[in-house]
Amino acid sequence: MMSSYLPGHSPLHRLPAGAKLLALAGLSLLLLPADSALLLAGALLAVLLAYAALGRRALARLALLRPLGPVLLLMVLLQAWAGDWSRAAVGAGFAVALRILLMVLLADLVTLSTPMQDMMDALERVLRPFERFGVAPRKLALAVALVVRFVPVLLSAWRAREEAWRARSTRRPALALVPGFLAQTLRLADHVADALDARGFGRPADRPSPSDKRTMP
Amino acid sequence: MRDEAALGTRSLVRIALFAALIGALGLVPPLYLPIVAGLPISVQSLGVMLAGLILGGRDGALAVALFLLVVALGAPLLSGGRGGLGVFFGPTAGFLLGFLLGVYVIGWLAPRLPGPPVVAAFAAAVIGGIGVVYLFGVPGFALIAHLPLSKALAGSVVFLPGDLVKALLAALAARSLARARPGR
Repeated sequence: MMSSYLPGHSPLHRLPAGAKLLALAGLSLLLLPADSALLLAGALLAVLLAYAALGRRALARLALLRPLGPVLLLMVLLQAWAGDWSRAAVGAGFAVALRILLMVLLADLVTLSTPMQDMMDALERVLRPFERFGVAPRKLALAVALVVRFVPVLLSAWRAREEAWRARSTRRPALALVPGFLAQTLRLADHVADALDARGFGRPADRPSPSDKRTMP
Repeated sequence: MRDEAALGTRSLVRIALFAALIGALGLVPPLYLPIVAGLPISVQSLGVMLAGLILGGRDGALAVALFLLVVALGAPLLSGGRGGLGVFFGPTAGFLLGFLLGVYVIGWLAPRLPGPPVVAAFAAAVIGGIGVVYLFGVPGFALIAHLPLSKALAGSVVFLPGDLVKALLAALAARSLARARPGR
């Protein structure tokens, strides 16, 4: 399954998704005015300990944050530049970078310990009151499931095109692959839509009633 | 996903598959462009521009929204294999919001701009995919990084050449697609 979720039984895993999301929102508000680099570094250490407590695979996830490094460094440099390279400006730059890293790590901690389906359920609970305004949780759930299902399908379709290109050309794969791939994606979409309609998905009601003899357009 | 009647199964599936496409493009290795020798380009934002040009404003924006939702739910689909709630707390969160509005502007503008379709598509991709995206991304970066706007802009300008190339690619790819599937 394609997800950032790490299966486990830690206390963090056992907390309900809604509680974790609310705690995250609360913490982000709490951290917003924090300006002390020392305080933030302490909090960062605490979060890193939480990752360590979750095990080696959680720590390995930290490597995924590598692309964030140059951006944070750029941020510190820009901040120092804005403050004419004074000590205070450099310190403020580090505080900002630390706070961002802290928030990203905290949010990823929620993602790491919550299965995608639990997140989806929490979202559906939030959306339920809006159902009367035409927001359809059922359609949203189907759309999410389709995305998760079709990323690997599209990825392997793209790889097949790359391989076919390499078989015929010594040049590296390029733009020429994109239009055919797009056309293939749209064809696939139409097939899936037909298949869904054939199974009665497009019906207005959730369950087809025996009196509803309307056929699909 | 307002208005059940307007959003049929066909549009719904197209939106979902385009969201999946943006995700898949985030996972493929960067493409090398013949135009700018040796410059690797992440194709993910190309997918965002294409969503606007091919699906139109509303469906394109829904596709991007769905993509961002699936990323928020934990799918590691953002380029570089990132995913989860963390990305919305990072310094580039404003750009993600910019994608959402930018794609709508691309889809709305492309059929309304004068000139040959490919030029209109390029202009729409530049205005929506770069102008609008930066309009949210740069102040977002400034806000999150506590920076003056001018400094944040200076830090973002390095991405401009790559984005211009992507807008051109998106326009060309959309034109080829229109030729391959006339009257789609």
